[in-house]
Amino acid sequence: MAAETQADIQTIKTQSGQTLEVHTHLFINNEFVAGHGPLIETINPTTEEVICKVHSATEEDVNAAVEAAYASYKNVWSKVTPADRGILINKLADLMERDQDELAALEAIDNGKAFSVARDDDIAGCIGCYRYFAGWADKIHGKVIDTSPDQLVYTRHEALGVVGAIIPWNYPLMMAAWKFAPALAAGNSIVMKTSELTPLSAYKFAALVKEAGFPAGVVNIITGYGHITGSALASHRRVSKMAFTGSTVTGRRIMESSSSSNLKKLQLELGGKSAQIVCADADLKNAAKHAAAGIFNNHGQSCNAGSRIFVQESVAKEFIDLFTEQAKAIVVGCPFKDETNQGPQVSKGQFDKIMNYIKIGQEEGATLHFGGERVGDKGYFITPTVFTNCKNDMTIMREEIFGPVVAIGTFTDVEEAIELANDNEYGLAAGVYTSNHSTAIKVSNALLAGSVWVNCYDLFNNSVPFGGYKQSGFGKELGKYALLEYTQVKSVITLVDF
Amino acid sequence: MTASKFITEYTTERGYDLKLQTGLFINNEFVGGDSQIETVNPANGKVICKVEAAGEEQVNAAVDAAEKAFEEVWSKTTPQKRRDYMLKLATLVDRDHEELSQIETLDNGKGITFSRGFDVRELAECIRYYAGWTDKVHGKVIETEGVLSYTRHEPIGVCGAIIPWNFPVLMLAWKIAPALATGNCVVIKTSELTPLSALKVAALVKEAGFPPGVLNIITGYGHITGDLLARHKKVGKIAFTGSTNVGRLVMKAAAESNLKKVTLELGGKSPNLIFDDADLDLAIKWAFRGVFFNHGQTCCAGTRIYVQEGIYDKFIEKFKEHTSKANIGHPHDDATFQGPQVSQTQYDRIMGYIDTGKKEGATLALGGKRWGEEGYYIEPTIFTDVKEDMTIMKEEIFGPVVCVSKFKTDDEAIQLANNTNYGLASAIFSESNRRCIELAKRIKAGTVWVNCVNVLHANTPFGGFKESGIGRENGEYALDNYTQVKVVKMATTLPA
Repeated sequence: MAAETQADIQTIKTQSGQTLEVHTHLFINNEFVAGHGPLIETINPTTEEVICKVHSATEEDVNAAVEAAYASYKNVWSKVTPADRGILINKLADLMERDQDELAALEAIDNGKAFSVARDDDIAGCIGCYRYFAGWADKIHGKVIDTSPDQLVYTRHEALGVVGAIIPWNYPLMMAAWKFAPALAAGNSIVMKTSELTPLSAYKFAALVKEAGFPAGVVNIITGYGHITGSALASHRRVSKMAFTGSTVTGRRIMESSSSSNLKKLQLELGGKSAQIVCADADLKNAAKHAAAGIFNNHGQSCNAGSRIFVQESVAKEFIDLFTEQAKAIVVGCPFKDETNQGPQVSKGQFDKIMNYIKIGQEEGATLHFGGERVGDKGYFITPTVFTNCKNDMTIMREEIFGPVVAIGTFTDVEEAIELANDNEYGLAAGVYTSNHSTAIKVSNALLAGSVWVNCYDLFNNSVPFGGYKQSGFGKELGKYALLEYTQVKSVITLVDF
Repeated sequence: MTASKFITEYTTERGYDLKLQTGLFINNEFVGGDSQIETVNPANGKVICKVEAAGEEQVNAAVDAAEKAFEEVWSKTTPQKRRDYMLKLATLVDRDHEELSQIETLDNGKGITFSRGFDVRELAECIRYYAGWTDKVHGKVIETEGVLSYTRHEPIGVCGAIIPWNFPVLMLAWKIAPALATGNCVVIKTSELTPLSALKVAALVKEAGFPPGVLNIITGYGHITGDLLARHKKVGKIAFTGSTNVGRLVMKAAAESNLKKVTLELGGKSPNLIFDDADLDLAIKWAFRGVFFNHGQTCCAGTRIYVQEGIYDKFIEKFKEHTSKANIGHPHDDATFQGPQVSQTQYDRIMGYIDTGKKEGATLALGGKRWGEEGYYIEPTIFTDVKEDMTIMKEEIFGPVVCVSKFKTDDEAIQLANNTNYGLASAIFSESNRRCIELAKRIKAGTVWVNCVNVLHANTPFGGFKESGIGRENGEYALDNYTQVKVVKMATTLPA
C-alpha cells in the first residue's frame, strides 16, 4: 500500500497574515523527493495548530541520501578546488542575506522564537558563520616535519568523505550552519537530519544550496524521527563521521550506534547546567543584565543556558532584585509582534516537561520568587521563572530544564563558588562576574567548562570555539578548531636516500 | 558622486572605449599632484595620457590620511567588516573584469588573453583569499607559571608599498590584500610606467565602501615619490618589489629614517634543470612559458636552462622549433602570446644584453632582433653555448632572452643552479621521485617547481633566498609582514 504523500510545495500562513510557500519533501541530490516515511505534522507553538505536514525519511531514504553524498564526494566534490569551495559557501551566505526575511519568518512560525531575534541573531549568525568558514577552505594546511636528511615527511589534512549530522530544534538554521560550514569548507559531502519539530527553514535553505550552484549530492537534508531516521544515519557504514547536537541521552545512543557499526568519528554537543558566579565586587547591574540574558535567551532553550546562578551572600538580595527586574521586563507574546522578546516553548512535550520541573522545584523546597506560570491559554508560553534559596543537590539545580527557569543559590567565598559550579556532570559553559582582575583569571582558569564568560554571558563569535567538558560532549564547533572535526590527518613519509 | 576632473577618455587601437582615472587617489578622492607624467602605449610608442604625480605634499597628505583612518576608523573596524569590504571589492573587480583587462593591456603591453585570464583574475582571487584571513589572525596563549601570557598579532598602522610595472594589478593585490586584511592602512606607489589600472581599482575601492584613507594609491618617479615614501617617519613598514639595485636604496632609506620594517621582492636569474629522464615535450612547453611568459618581464623567469648532455641536442632542436611558433602580435588581439616590452628604456637594455651576448661569444640560436616597425617588440631569443662567466648568464635581462647550457651529473646541475647571487625560483624536470625530492632540498631558491614552471597560487608563499629578497608574499606567511607581535603578561600569583 502506498504511503500517504503530498506535493512538495505547500502554502502556509503565518499568524501575521503572511503567506509562504514551503518545501516539504526530502532534499537529496539537489532534488526534492517524497521519500518513503510517514507524513509528520509540524506544529505552530504559538497557535498550537498544524502548520503543514512534511515527508519523513526511512532507512531506504537515508541510504539514498548517503549514496548521493558518497558519489558526489568521490566523483565531483573532491575535485573542486578549495578556493572554489570558498566561493560557493560565500554565495550561499549572500543568498541567505537576500532571503533573510523569509528564513526568519519560517524560523519564527516553526520554532516560536521572535521574528526579530530570528533575523538579527540566528540568521545573521548563520551568514557570518558561512562567510567565516568560506575563508578557511583554501587555508587548511598540513605540515612538513623535519625528521632526518634522507626523508621527506609531511601531513595532509584530508576531508572525511561523507559526514552525517543530526541537529536539534532550538536554533534550526544556526545549528545547521555550525555543521555545514566547516564540513563543506573542509571538502566533505553531508547528509543532515533536521528535527521533525522544526523542519521547514532547512528546506528553504536547501533551495538556496541548489541556487548557489553546489554540485548535486554535496548537501542533502532530510527529516524524520530520531529513532528511525537518526538511527539509520548514525549506524550507516558509509558515513565517516557523525556530528550530533542534542540531549545527552540521545548522544549516548549515537555513540553506541557508532561503536556497533563502523566506529565513525563523533562530535557531540550535549546538555548543560551552566553556572554563573556573581561576586560581591561585580558591577551588579551589568551582571543582572547579562545573567538574565544568559538564562532567558531563546526562552531558556540553549544548551549553554546559565541556569544555575551562585551569588555571593553579601550582595544576594541586591542582585536578585536587579535580576528579577530584568526578568519582569521580558515581553512574552506572539513572535511576530515587534515588542515580543520571548515566544512560546517549541512544543507541548517541552512545555509539560518544564512545568513539571517548576512543580518539582517548589516541592523540593526552593522559593518560587517570580513567575512559574503559563502565559495565556493558547500557545506554549511560560513566564520567565526565578527560583531562589536553591541548593546544589536539588533536582532543579542538577537536571537540565531547557526552559526559562533559573535556580539561584548563594556562596560565601570564591573557592566555594568554584566547587559548586564544578560539582555537576555537565561542563558546557560558565560565567563569572567580578571587577577584580586576579579573580577573573583565577576563576576562569579553575572552572571546568568549555566556554567561560567574564562579565558577560552568551556572547558568541564565529571565530571562537564552542564545546563542552565532561558529559556536555566532546569536539569543538566554530573557530579554526572546528576544522579538526571535519578532517583526518595522513602522514606521508618518503624515503629519498637509499 | 563627485565628478573628478582627472579623467581622460581614450579608445584603444581595437576600438574599446575607456574612461581613465588620472589623479592621485588620496582619502577616497582623486586629486592633483605637483607634476604630471606621460604614460606611453608600448604597442606604438605613443602617449596615452598624463597622470598626476605625487610630490612631498601629496605623499604627506596620503600618509596623514592613512594614519588618521587607522587611528580613528580602521583599528576600530571588526575583522568581519574588513572581510566584507574586501569581498565586495573582489565582486566589483569581477564585474569590471573586461575594463580592467583592457586598461592593463593598454598600459603594460601584455596580451589581452593574459590580462583577462591571469592578471585580473588573480587580482580578485588574491583579494578573496586574504578577505578570508581577516578574522583568523590568532595570537597564542602560552603556559607560564603565575602569569597569564598571551600574544597579540597587531597591525603595524600605516604601511607603504612600491610596486613595479610588470604585473600592475597583481603586484597591487599582493601588497594591499594582506596589509588591509591584517588591519593596516596603506599608501601604495605604482610604477609611473603603468599607473592606469591601479587607478581603476581605486575607483572600485571607493565604490566598495572602504572608509576614506584606508587605501591610498599614488604614482611618481621612484627617486622622488618612492624615496619620500621609503623615508617617511610615519610609515611603519615598506614593501618593495622591483630591481635588486633599487631594493638596496629602499633598505638604505629605511635605515636612515625610522628603521621601518622592510620586505623586498627583487630580481632573479632562475635556473631550469632538465634531466635525461624528463618528459621532453612537457619540459619544452614549460621551459618556453617559464622564460617567455610576460615577455620575459617576470622576476622568477627561468632564464638559465641547463640541459643534461644526453638530451641536449634534441632539446635545442625542439625548443627552437617550439619558440619559433610563438605568436607575437598586438596586445589587444586575443591570439597574441607576446606583446611589446614595456618601454623604450627596457627595450634598449634588452637589446644591449643581446649585443653583449653575441660579443662575448655565446651562440645566437634564435631571434635577437626587433619585431615589427613600431612599439617595443623583441623576438623571443635563445642563446646556446653560454658560459657561466658571461654577462648574459649572470645578470637579469628582464626580456624574452634565455641562456642554455649543458651539464653531466646531478651534482654539477646543483652547483650550476646555485652559482648566482640570486635565489628567487628554480625548476627541475625529471621523472625520478628521488631526484626531484633530493634536489628540491639542495637548490638555494625560494620556490622550486618540479615538472612545471611559474605556477603560482594565492595560498602558497613566494619570495627569494639570497639577494632575491627578504620576506615572503602570499599564503599565510605574508601575514607576518604586516603584523607585529606584542606579548601581554599578566601576573596573577607571582610574588614580587
